[in-house]
Amino acid sequence: MMDAATAEGNFVPAHDETKRSKVLRGFRRSDRTFRLLTLASAIAVLVLLAGVMLSLLIGSLPAWKAFGFEFLTSESWNPVKDKFGALPAIYGTLLTSFIAMLIGVPVSLGIAIFLTEICPQSLRRTISIAIELLAGIPSIIYGIWGLFVFAPWFQSTIQPFLIDTFANVPVLNQLFAGPPYGIGMLTAGLILAIMVLPFITSITREVFDTVPPVLKEAAYGVGCTRWEVMKRVVIPYTRVGIIGGVMLGLGRALGETMAVTFVIGNAHRIVPSVLAPGTTISASIANEFTEAVGEIYTSSLIALGLILFFITFVVLAAARLMLMRIERKAGK
Amino acid sequence: MRFMSYAVAAGLAMAFTVSTAQAADISGAGATFPYPIYAKWADAYKKETGIGLNYQSIGSGGGIKQIKAKTVTFGATDAPLSGEELDKVGLIQFPMVMGGIVPVINLEGIKPGEIVIDGPTLAKIFMGEVTKWDDAALKKLNPDVKLPSSAIAVVHRSDGSGTTYNFTNYLSKVSPEWKDKVGTEKAVEWPVGIGAKGNEGVANNVANTKGSIGYVEYAYAKQNKLTYADMMNKDGKKVAPEMSAFQAAAAGADWKGTPGFAVILTDQPGAKTWPITAATFILMYKDPKNTADSAAALKFFDWAYANGDKMAAELDYIPMPDSVVALVHEEWKEIKDTAGKPVFAMN
Repeated sequence: MMDAATAEGNFVPAHDETKRSKVLRGFRRSDRTFRLLTLASAIAVLVLLAGVMLSLLIGSLPAWKAFGFEFLTSESWNPVKDKFGALPAIYGTLLTSFIAMLIGVPVSLGIAIFLTEICPQSLRRTISIAIELLAGIPSIIYGIWGLFVFAPWFQSTIQPFLIDTFANVPVLNQLFAGPPYGIGMLTAGLILAIMVLPFITSITREVFDTVPPVLKEAAYGVGCTRWEVMKRVVIPYTRVGIIGGVMLGLGRALGETMAVTFVIGNAHRIVPSVLAPGTTISASIANEFTEAVGEIYTSSLIALGLILFFITFVVLAAARLMLMRIERKAGK
Repeated sequence: MRFMSYAVAAGLAMAFTVSTAQAADISGAGATFPYPIYAKWADAYKKETGIGLNYQSIGSGGGIKQIKAKTVTFGATDAPLSGEELDKVGLIQFPMVMGGIVPVINLEGIKPGEIVIDGPTLAKIFMGEVTKWDDAALKKLNPDVKLPSSAIAVVHRSDGSGTTYNFTNYLSKVSPEWKDKVGTEKAVEWPVGIGAKGNEGVANNVANTKGSIGYVEYAYAKQNKLTYADMMNKDGKKVAPEMSAFQAAAAGADWKGTPGFAVILTDQPGAKTWPITAATFILMYKDPKNTADSAAALKFFDWAYANGDKMAAELDYIPMPDSVVALVHEEWKEIKDTAGKPVFAMN
C-alpha cells in the first residue's frame, strides 16, 4: 500500500504535501487499529481456550486425586460407592464415532461423486438442497426420530436378522449378540452417520468442484473409466480437502450429545456386542450432571469433559499432521 | 403514533406488574417428580392470593445444593436427608405429597394388571439373573398367563432421581443380594439394561421396546397408558397400583418417631399396601435470612395441605393424611426469626 501511495505521490503537486501526509497518517492509524483489533480477537480465542482448559482441570482435580490413572482404565461407574471410571464412556464415544465414520464417509463420498460427476443437472439442485436441509435439522429431532421411529423398526427387523445370521459365526456372534433392544451402540452410530453425512458431503463436493476440468478431460481422453478418473485423478487431487471434511464430521460425531443420549441406552458397561446399550462421554455428562451429588461425582463428570477435550484435540492434531505429511509428499 | 404510545404504556404497565409480582414470589428448587402438582397448586394459589411460586424443577440433588447455598427459600427432594444431616445444616424437612412407583412392562398380549411380580423376582430381573419372560420364577407367580420366551429388556433411569432412590431402596429391602451388590442411591451401577432420562424417558422406552420392563411414577404409567404389573406386598398379598393402596402404605408409617419425617414408604406392612410408595419432601431453614419469605412459603404450603387434596388426586398424587399434616404444623414452629418467634402463626 505504501508503495502505491508513493508512486501516486509523483503526480501530486507540492503544496498538497501536508494534506497527503495527513491522509497517510490516517491510513496508518486505521491500519494499526485494525491490526490490534484482529490481534485482540485472536488472543481472545487463546484466552478462552486456556480458560476452558483450566476450569476443566481445576474442576476435575478431586477425581484425579481420588482415582489417579485408574480413572482412565476402570470400568466401574458406581455413584453408591463413589467409585468412577471413564473407560466405558471413552469406549462408547470412540466406538459410536467409528461406526458413524465407517458408514458416513463412503456414503458421503458416493453422494459427492454422484453430484459432481454423474448427476443430471436438473436433479443436482434438488439433492443438494435436501442435503443442506439434513444439516439444518436440530440434533434433538434426530434423537426423537431415532427413539420413536428408527429404534422400534430396527428392533423388529434388522437386529433379529443380524443376531440370527451371525449366531454360529465365531467373533461375529459376539459382535452381534442379543437381545435386540432397538437402541444401543449400533443405533447411535447409525444416527450419527446420518448426522455427519451432510457435513462431509458438502465439503467433499466443494473440493471435487475445484479439480480443473482439463485434468479430468485428459484422463477421459486416454480412455479412463469414471471410476478410474475418480480414483486416480479427482480423489488424489482433493485428498487434503476430503480429510478436512471427514475430520469436521468426526468432530461432530465425537461431541454429539442429545441425539446420542436418546438412542444409546446410557449404560456404563463395556460389552463386545454393538447391539448392547452403552454410553458416550457427552451423553453421560448431559444425563447425570444435574443430579450429581457430592464432590467426587461432579468432579468425575468434569474429568470426563476434560478427556473429551483431549480426544478432540488429539483427533485434530492427528488430522493436521496427516495433512502436513500429504502436502510434503505432494510437494516432492 | 397513538398506537405506539398505547403500546409503550401497556408495556410499562406489564413490566411494573411483573416486577411487583416477582418481589413477592416464593422461590424454591428441587425435585422434578412433584413439579406438576406444585405448578398446579401455585397456579390456583396465585389466583386466590396474587402470590406466585417460582419453582425450578432441577432435580432433588440440585434442590439440596440450592438450599444449602441459600439461593432459594425452600428446597425440594425425593430422597429425604437424615436427621443428623438436617441438624448439621440447620434445616427442617417435611413431606408434601406422595406418589406410587409402579413396574411397567411391554409384552404382546398382556394387559395392565395381568401379570404379578414379587420383590425378589423384580430384583432378580434388574440384576440380570432372570432374563426371559418365561423364567420359572415368573411362571410360578403367573400360572394362568401364557408368557413368551422372549428376552427381558430392562429399562432404568439414566439420570439421578428420587424415583430410583425409592425403587432401589425397595429392592434392597427385599433382596439381600441387591443390597450387597448394588445398594440404594439416586443413581446406581445398574447390572443390566438401558438407561433413559426422566420418568417420561423410561415411559417412552418401555412403550417402544418389546419385552421391556421399567419403573415409573404412577402418574406417568397412567397418562401413557402403559401396562403396569401388580405386585406382591410384604404381607404376601397381591395388590394393584391405585390410590387406596398408596394411601395404605402411608397409614402405617412411623412419621412421628422419625427425625425430619425421613420415612421411606417402601415395603410397608398391611394387606392392601402397595410396596413401592414414596413421599417427596420440602427443606427449609430453621433460622431463615429473610423471615418474610419463609412465612410466605409456609403460608403457601399450609394452603396446599388444606385445599390441594383434590388437585393432587387429579394428577395421581396422594395427599398427606391429616394426622401427618398436624405433625408438620408442629414442626413448623421450629422456623423462628432472630427474636426466637415462630415466623408462621397458625390461625
